Amino acid sequence: MSRTDFGPPDYREMLPPVITKNYGKWKYHERVKPGLLRHVAESGDEIYTVRVGSSRLVSTDWIRDICAIADQYCDGYVRFTSRHNLEFLVSDKSKVEPLIEHLKANGYPVGGTGHSITNPVHTQGWIHCHTPATDASGIVKAVMDELYEYFVDMKLPAYCRISLACCLNMCGAVHCSDVAILGIHRKPPKIDHETVRTKCEVPNVIAACPTGAIRPDPKNKSLIVNEDRCMYCGNCYTMCPGMPLADPIGDGVSIWVGGKISSARTPPKFSRLVIPYLPNNPPRWPEVTDAVKNIVETWATHARKHERMGEWIERIGWERFFELTNIEFKAQLIDDFTLASETHRSTPAFKW
Amino acid sequence: MSDSETPLLDDLEKGPWPSFVTEIKRAGEKKESAKDLLRQLERSYVDKIGHWKHGGIVGVRGYGGGVIGRYSDLPEEFPAVAEFHTLRVNQPSGWFYNTKKLRELCDVWDKHGSGLTNMHGATGDIILLGAPTDALQPCFDDLAEINFDLGGSGSDMRTPSCCVGPARCEYACIDTLDLLYDITMEYQDELHRPMFPYKSKIKISGCPNDCVAAVPRSDIAIIGTWRDEIQIDPEGVEYYAATGFDIQCEVVDLCPTEAIHWNPETRTLTINNKECNRCMHCINQMPRALRPGKERGATILVGGKAPIVHGALLSHVIVPFMKMEPPYTELKELIENIWEWWDENGKMRERLGELINRLGMRNFLKALDLPPSPQLVFAPRANPYYFWDPEEVK
Repeated sequence: MSRTDFGPPDYREMLPPVITKNYGKWKYHERVKPGLLRHVAESGDEIYTVRVGSSRLVSTDWIRDICAIADQYCDGYVRFTSRHNLEFLVSDKSKVEPLIEHLKANGYPVGGTGHSITNPVHTQGWIHCHTPATDASGIVKAVMDELYEYFVDMKLPAYCRISLACCLNMCGAVHCSDVAILGIHRKPPKIDHETVRTKCEVPNVIAACPTGAIRPDPKNKSLIVNEDRCMYCGNCYTMCPGMPLADPIGDGVSIWVGGKISSARTPPKFSRLVIPYLPNNPPRWPEVTDAVKNIVETWATHARKHERMGEWIERIGWERFFELTNIEFKAQLIDDFTLASETHRSTPAFKW
Repeated sequence: MSDSETPLLDDLEKGPWPSFVTEIKRAGEKKESAKDLLRQLERSYVDKIGHWKHGGIVGVRGYGGGVIGRYSDLPEEFPAVAEFHTLRVNQPSGWFYNTKKLRELCDVWDKHGSGLTNMHGATGDIILLGAPTDALQPCFDDLAEINFDLGGSGSDMRTPSCCVGPARCEYACIDTLDLLYDITMEYQDELHRPMFPYKSKIKISGCPNDCVAAVPRSDIAIIGTWRDEIQIDPEGVEYYAATGFDIQCEVVDLCPTEAIHWNPETRTLTINNKECNRCMHCINQMPRALRPGKERGATILVGGKAPIVHGALLSHVIVPFMKMEPPYTELKELIENIWEWWDENGKMRERLGELINRLGMRNFLKALDLPPSPQLVFAPRANPYYFWDPEEVK
């Protein structure tokens, strides 16, 4: 038996010497230009960071490519960000511009800093997940091809974080993003009684339903779904392979806006549903890319500097958001789940 | 007419953003499994549905997690992905690497798997995507040789993660990288052997900007903060004033507590620290001039999660301030007490935040012996349905 419980490699072996020397003693930073950060230490030492977007799903050849670049320009050190970006850490100022030229010439998008759209956090989708309602990498690729100019520049009013999760499990935890793209099902599970009988623990499946829509079917030694109460979350399928709900017509994409994570100015907030369904239309999901682009550009046109999507909407009101974006307000947008009444207006003061 | 097997996916090789299709094709030059992955994905693009079977339990010896079973539902058509399992590999703190280590990782993965990875998965692990069942143990053995251990999966402590921290950020109020490494090593058993009601996530951000999204995404969020006064460097203030930065409009007017004032005549910036809520806006805008205070520690929040089962939750403050220095004894005691309470009271698949909602925050605080304070709430309750301990009514 091989050894166990030895943990990850020690991060101290992974730090460039200038970081080891100035660890915890950084004084300030500046965004020199899109994709380039300069951090200055109390000692006067500097480190330059060149940020590059990646496709997240990468080959070992790609990793070897970036290792070669990091060896040439960064003394063999590189890091990744929490949003799948790659950061080249340059200690020698004279190598910064040659590195950026090299990256641009080889098709790496340099950017994702400051008031930009940085790399969308996303999940596996049809590529490698067993509960998806849509693909992940394909939509992200299509959206970022459309919004590329906002990655490589810093011309937006504030940060804009786009995220995608391919089902309600939300492995990407996209629920606090400026724009969240979320795969959804729209049909109840199709029960496979034989599988339920042989592979599922019935009480656990019943307990997994947030709306209490599942009850025992003693005659069949299986389950019955009250379809009127099912909101297609897929929890029962996670517990039991006999409850599949993926469906080419039922599945698609929803759009949520106005969430944020940082506490700057206003506390973290959830994204809110604005488009309950768009179809899966591979390979480029034009309805989704159009919707995201429209929302981002409407916000960019109207928001004040430093105003995140959600802060802008809170200032102008949701009534005005739907008017400006020309998005139809559908019945699904009115909450009827737990704590729904918090979102229901309790004043006649609103805008026309 | 193209004779490509994957015309829909080929379209995603066009355009300026890096293409995952190109990456799968590159891996496919060496690996039949990567080729079949692309073919099966093309089928999904035609059928508009996924083609992976439900779950499957696989693993390596000695561990209950870290490997996710994945089987194609079209194994006859795409035999090279009939078994295409995932290994979650614990990333180094802050996702820092040297190229020697990355190349060693590539060598192992080229030897045993598809050559495809995610750098990184949403929780933070290196995701090695696609290996057959009989390759898992040899792959892990080789990973162990180069000191890469597996991460979490299932009902265990998931692989914790942290922001770049003091390695390259002047905002960091705690040593996120050291703390992450310390608790990851401390809780290896909890990471590798699922024994909880459900998953438990720990994330560490060095300041309230929360670059790892600890508040929305983790059961236990550790966020660096400070208790004294924001440090003002007059030379830095002068730099911004001299370069035409609009301090009034971009900083002062946006302060949520109206705690900062700019006198353009005397060119002095003053902060009423008593009223500052440490949101980071002014520091973010003027890093040369403003820095977090010197008395540093962390705010602990708990209960954040994505929607499954009963809806998404943000984490809530339970400890407004805790010193955060090695060996982190106070934090570890808190984490262990939280896990114990959750383990004792939680139902299967009930995350910590949902359990707190079911049994009440008051019960949770009492069980953990944590004092109530206004810092724990946005507002006190608006309903009269509260309890008294009979001991209190005498």
